[in-house]
Amino acid sequence: MTIAVEFEQVSRFYGAVRAVDNVSLAIPDGEFFSLLGPSGSGKTTCLRLIAGFEQPSSGVIKIHGELASGLPPYLRNVNTVFQDYALFPHLNVLENIEYGLMVKGIAKPERHRRAQEALASVALADMSQRKPSQLSGGQRQRIALARAIVNRPKVLLLDEPLGALDLKLREQMQAELKTLQKQLGITFVFVTHDQGEALSMSDRVAVFNKGKIEQVGSPTHLYNKPETVFVANFVGSSNIFDSHIAQRLIGEKQAFSVRPENMAINQTMSDSFSVSGLVQDIQYHGATSRVEMIASDGLEIVAVVSNSFLYKQDMPAKGDHINVSWPKSAIVNLRD
Amino acid sequence: MNLNALYLQTPLRGVSNFLFRHNKVLLMVLLGPPLLWFVVIYLGSLLALLWQGFYSFDDFSMTILPKLTFDNYIKIFAHANFDIILRTLAMACAVTFASALIAFPIAYYMAVYASKAEKGFFYIGVMLPMWASYIVKAYSWTVILAKGGIVYWVLSKLGLVALLEALLSMPYVGGSTLSTSHLGRFIVFTYIWLPFMILPIQAAIERVPQNLMQASQDLGANVSQSFCYVLLPLAFPGIVAGSIFTFSLTLGDYIIPTLIGPAGLFIGNFVYVQQGAAGNIPLAAAFTVVPIALIAIYLLIAKRFGAFDAL
Repeated sequence: MTIAVEFEQVSRFYGAVRAVDNVSLAIPDGEFFSLLGPSGSGKTTCLRLIAGFEQPSSGVIKIHGELASGLPPYLRNVNTVFQDYALFPHLNVLENIEYGLMVKGIAKPERHRRAQEALASVALADMSQRKPSQLSGGQRQRIALARAIVNRPKVLLLDEPLGALDLKLREQMQAELKTLQKQLGITFVFVTHDQGEALSMSDRVAVFNKGKIEQVGSPTHLYNKPETVFVANFVGSSNIFDSHIAQRLIGEKQAFSVRPENMAINQTMSDSFSVSGLVQDIQYHGATSRVEMIASDGLEIVAVVSNSFLYKQDMPAKGDHINVSWPKSAIVNLRD
Repeated sequence: MNLNALYLQTPLRGVSNFLFRHNKVLLMVLLGPPLLWFVVIYLGSLLALLWQGFYSFDDFSMTILPKLTFDNYIKIFAHANFDIILRTLAMACAVTFASALIAFPIAYYMAVYASKAEKGFFYIGVMLPMWASYIVKAYSWTVILAKGGIVYWVLSKLGLVALLEALLSMPYVGGSTLSTSHLGRFIVFTYIWLPFMILPIQAAIERVPQNLMQASQDLGANVSQSFCYVLLPLAFPGIVAGSIFTFSLTLGDYIIPTLIGPAGLFIGNFVYVQQGAAGNIPLAAAFTVVPIALIAIYLLIAKRFGAFDAL
């Protein structure tokens, strides 16, 4: 298995700020890999380190086995789709797409053919003569994508490329990106702060917090087996029980989390734990409802229950006294 | 409580309410006076001036006759007069080109690298010379460039006077001394108009998003390719804006050509002489059309190059 991108103990400091702090990771060739984290967590800096816009303060970056640290962006076989697209305003769509081939000295007929191909692959073949200012946000997004993939990079870097699009378009582009990645078979490194986006698109996800990687894993693994409080909360939402409460509730001094959808209301289960309290609030979300309960000792627990008529659930009302329980198998132990 | 009672019921309230309801009237009241100034005094006097160019001048009685003629405009193309135009035009082009060359790196540094404090320093540094009187600056340059002046002194210390002499002996560039040479005049012009080139270029470069240069490098363009294909085209409107200043200011100037450089009139001097000593206002007026026409041609060329596309 070829490793497309490899970080060995990479750090990037800005003065006293540790933007990226001793990060090691390996992205196999052909993987859709996401860097997920809140703003300022170091995910974008990592991407810029791969692109070459930043150089590591320490550590080694390899792209397809070749040492990349120290190389300027134009000597790396990677391309970036920028957050705000960064299309050249003075060039038309076709010239924008041909740019990478033009500066590499590829003959006009060849680059024309490849640019047309790339345009067709993002379904904008008839837009070639437009200027970027005459395009919609979604179209610009596609042109930025075409401009990058026309160079046939070994790694495609995407810096929150869907952030500026509205929800419907974003969902559509997510599907298209995924399809495109399968077609091209190249490594995608995708930066996002949207955990839903990361989960639905990626083969694997690295969760960043404060310049460090909290956890790397497949979406299902991250969701079902979060290892830290941060991951448990950032990827989906969780009920977190610290070690003191754990001691009291389940008799083990080990912090754990339980997903709200694994909490049952007023049900008797074998091999389970339960807490009772008052319903503080109920939020209706269509397919599900979110029930917030507070126990007499101040412990708050959130349960998410399905609103489907296939499952007969007795929906409590605000102020009701309820019993919330979770099976032992729903417990995920957390590192400190 | 009645809402109207909140306001004082003065007579002005009625006027204000009227203007609020009739905003076209408000626009006319606000825009009318400056527009009147612009059309009547600004453009009107210019047209009156150009009109003078069609009047006749009687060389014997030294009087202006309201007899309409094209003679003055035809005289522009007379050999001696046309030389004046070529001389001025060549200088304007050279000054513009040199200003752009010097201004670009400074403007680029100001726009991209300078910190806030540095930028303030640069702004003041660029504009400081403009606070001093233009004539004083031109005069002080005559001293700086004169034989025995500081330039000669520095060059003699460096042992480069021979080089300067060689330069001054060249046609079209030289003259007997630096202060009476075309080169000296060119240096002073470039000095005086440089700020007018730096500021628009700086503004233009500042408007170019930094990530475009990154995108260019990301796509495989090295630094000089990124400069030529991305930065330069996007900063070009700024260069053109600056060059309109340096070009037109050089075309119209008559003080620097008087104080520095060899004999031989510039357009400005010619107009000055014709309307002053000779009293031939019609010919002076006709000659005034020359810089206007040249700048119009210049703007058309600039437009052809797409300089205004980004506006």
